Amino acid sequence: MTQVHSKRLAPLELAVPLAAAALWVIAPGQLGLLTQIATTAVVVLGLDVVVGYAGIVTLGHAAFVGVGGYAAGLLALHVFAEPISGLLFGAVAGAALAFLTGFVVLRGRGLSLIMMTVAVAQIVLEIANKSRKWTGGDDGLSGFEVSPLFGIFPFDFTGKVAYVYSVAVLTICLFALRRIMRSPFGLTCVGIREDRVRMSAMGCDVSGHLRLAYALGGALAGLGGALSAQTVQVVGLHSLSFTTSAEALVMLILGGTGRLWGALVGTALFMTLHHVAAELDPFRWMFAIGGLLIAVVLVAPSGIVNGVLGKVELWRERRAGL
Amino acid sequence: MQILASIAIDSVTYGMTLFVIAVGLSVTLGLIRVVNLAHGLFAVLGGYFAWYAMTVWKFGYVPAAVAAIVLTTTAGLLLERLLFSRVYRRSALDQVLLSIGIMFVGIAACGAVFGDGIKTLPLPPLLSGPVELGFRAVPAQRLLVITCGGAVVLAMWLAYSRTKVGIRLRAVVDHTDAAESIGIDSRLFYAVAFALGAGLAGLGGILGAEIMQIEPFYPTKYLVTFLAVVAIGGLGNIWGSLGAAMLLSGVETSSKYLLPSLGSILSYAAMLAVLSFRPHGLFGGEEGE
Amino acid sequence: MTHALRLDGIQKNFGALQVASDISLSLPVGARTALIGPNGAGKTTFVNIVTGALAPSSGTIRYFGQDITAASQAERARAGLLRTFQITRVFKTLTVADNVRLAVVQQRGQQRSAWRSADRDEIGEAKVASTLALLQLQHIADRRVDRLAYGERRLVEIALALAGEPKVLLLDEPAAGVPKGESETIMRAVESLPSDLAILLVEHDMDLVFRFAREIVVLVAGAILTTGSPDQISRDPRVRDIYFGHRHARR
Repeated sequence: MTQVHSKRLAPLELAVPLAAAALWVIAPGQLGLLTQIATTAVVVLGLDVVVGYAGIVTLGHAAFVGVGGYAAGLLALHVFAEPISGLLFGAVAGAALAFLTGFVVLRGRGLSLIMMTVAVAQIVLEIANKSRKWTGGDDGLSGFEVSPLFGIFPFDFTGKVAYVYSVAVLTICLFALRRIMRSPFGLTCVGIREDRVRMSAMGCDVSGHLRLAYALGGALAGLGGALSAQTVQVVGLHSLSFTTSAEALVMLILGGTGRLWGALVGTALFMTLHHVAAELDPFRWMFAIGGLLIAVVLVAPSGIVNGVLGKVELWRERRAGL
Repeated sequence: MQILASIAIDSVTYGMTLFVIAVGLSVTLGLIRVVNLAHGLFAVLGGYFAWYAMTVWKFGYVPAAVAAIVLTTTAGLLLERLLFSRVYRRSALDQVLLSIGIMFVGIAACGAVFGDGIKTLPLPPLLSGPVELGFRAVPAQRLLVITCGGAVVLAMWLAYSRTKVGIRLRAVVDHTDAAESIGIDSRLFYAVAFALGAGLAGLGGILGAEIMQIEPFYPTKYLVTFLAVVAIGGLGNIWGSLGAAMLLSGVETSSKYLLPSLGSILSYAAMLAVLSFRPHGLFGGEEGE
Repeated sequence: MTHALRLDGIQKNFGALQVASDISLSLPVGARTALIGPNGAGKTTFVNIVTGALAPSSGTIRYFGQDITAASQAERARAGLLRTFQITRVFKTLTVADNVRLAVVQQRGQQRSAWRSADRDEIGEAKVASTLALLQLQHIADRRVDRLAYGERRLVEIALALAGEPKVLLLDEPAAGVPKGESETIMRAVESLPSDLAILLVEHDMDLVFRFAREIVVLVAGAILTTGSPDQISRDPRVRDIYFGHRHARR
């Protein structure tokens, strides 16, 4: 499913800003939705590192998203409102929570691991809920403003700056992750996913490495949460919910794990469908999405991107006579 | 003292309900080894079918329950044959996606057919009042749940360890190839086990309709709870599910009565603690996804 | 003289079941020792105990004089104590080259290197290339392992251990179920290994055992029945009774 090619990395991540520019031209009224897709895609990229590359199935990723969002919001509200610092603060918050909980959570396997991730996320949610003074509880955290980007570009109601900002962050994250997952670090993640015992027998400190991968995923989740907080200018308990974790996982599996691109495709598809179908009543939307998921599983094993790329690889190998 | 008795009764009632619903999931995850996040759908379908039988067909409580369980078991069988059996050999993530898709479609179907309100199951006069137990009065409904739960436990124990069916199921699960070579049809067993699990969940949905209300989003609302019972009990460990259900319901009920300000933090912290020390579940189970 | 590997009084019980009884043996530097015994004798358990996958109930293990009984499997591997698995454990979704690269990365301690591409380390790549050449895998270096035949996968299995720069190598039935061509490649690769590398070969194929071993250890029911040179072992009537078939009885 994942491959480390020995050729130079083509700058394919440029496809993201190109597509974003095209979409701006085609659908200028949808910048809000497109921005949301970009911020969510950052989160799902992080989830791909954890689930797709390292093989840690989690239904508690929202903990890091929410923590990043609240961190950025609180920083802007109480300290200073410079956006990039907010992003970094959110990323660090997400990474720290992931790394620390990793000591406990990553001891599990299979279902117990999943349930521990859920437990952590629910505990964080309850704590956020009870700490009304800091988080606003049910009402959410709002009223913070984000300073103009680089001091020049204000985040106004047109959403244009927010859009460019989000797409830029997404592109940088994609670029960084493509490099990281092709490095020895990324290769080791894949090895652990495939066979931990073999990795141990080759000298790998499996649990230490998994904690790092988990922390990387947490950092991206926190970054995405912070990005969302800054572009929407509100953070709610929903960002910590089980639904958020489950939807992120669905988006990832739908697009295909272990490729990074699957995270983008899955997020775009899911959120667009959600947006379109949300015009109808909530049950129609669930019907549509549910049907899509069932169809994809039965027709395109391992997600859309893997299904397509799998066919491409087969074709290439046949041509090369391997 | 009164509070303790209340906690005990509510806790056992809730625990029995959880057990009856979750045991099918434990079998699915641990023995059949397929992920089914839509399991709650069977529980809520039990409630919906029973409501329909009582309201539209004018059945009494018990006949409606029986009809509902039969219908739910059939639904389980259909889903297993048509969808789940196709993904037995696929990755766990694919199974996650499929079962979430089924759950969504199920929720949408329930919402479209039955509307988004809560459905109540009217109890017959025999079961609606309190029962004098000497030291205190207990709602008859609670006793019904506890009795039914106990009957299920007994029946499962007998079936699993005493009958040829139970022995064959264990053979199929432990050594599918060997079992098939001596003529046991594993597909049949998977289908039956899955369907029975669904039927039990339906029963649980009916029994628990007062505390776990019948409404379209039921499957997502209680998914985490059911998974918790299975994880703590150990995958495929039927008695473990019973213990875990009792433990979880005990913690949640006491917490609700005694420390309401903490919300469910205590339950989740307990789950975290148990699983970090005993990742195979408190009582041990299969290693699985 | 310090032995490369030395076991003293290794015992392993699972409750009442004893799978290893008072095993003491030593591998000198440059050993060419074979471990033989009937099925169920505990040979793979032995390998698991030595490599740290299974903790002994009692006894000590010394690696170049150092007590490693409490060391983890990964620690032992990093120190050069490596093994192959009887049931092939390779990384199926990666190419052959990436499999070997993965082993080299662990050995060189580069798992945390996160920016440079995995194939950009010159020394590492040289090791990958030489390991591939040793097992004649160059022509399929870019093929995914799940597309390989069983024999080819076995070669990758061996490659993973060799790429780790072993000082003590335990080969658990490396040629099991492998067609003649590949088993020949495996044996030639083993024969070309450095003479200061201590190798323990667990095998059933007696031709390979006699070709390879300077010393043979016979394990029966978790205990060492006897050790000796190939000549002594082939003449030992107890060994013939328990293990050797009619075909291998030497005159």
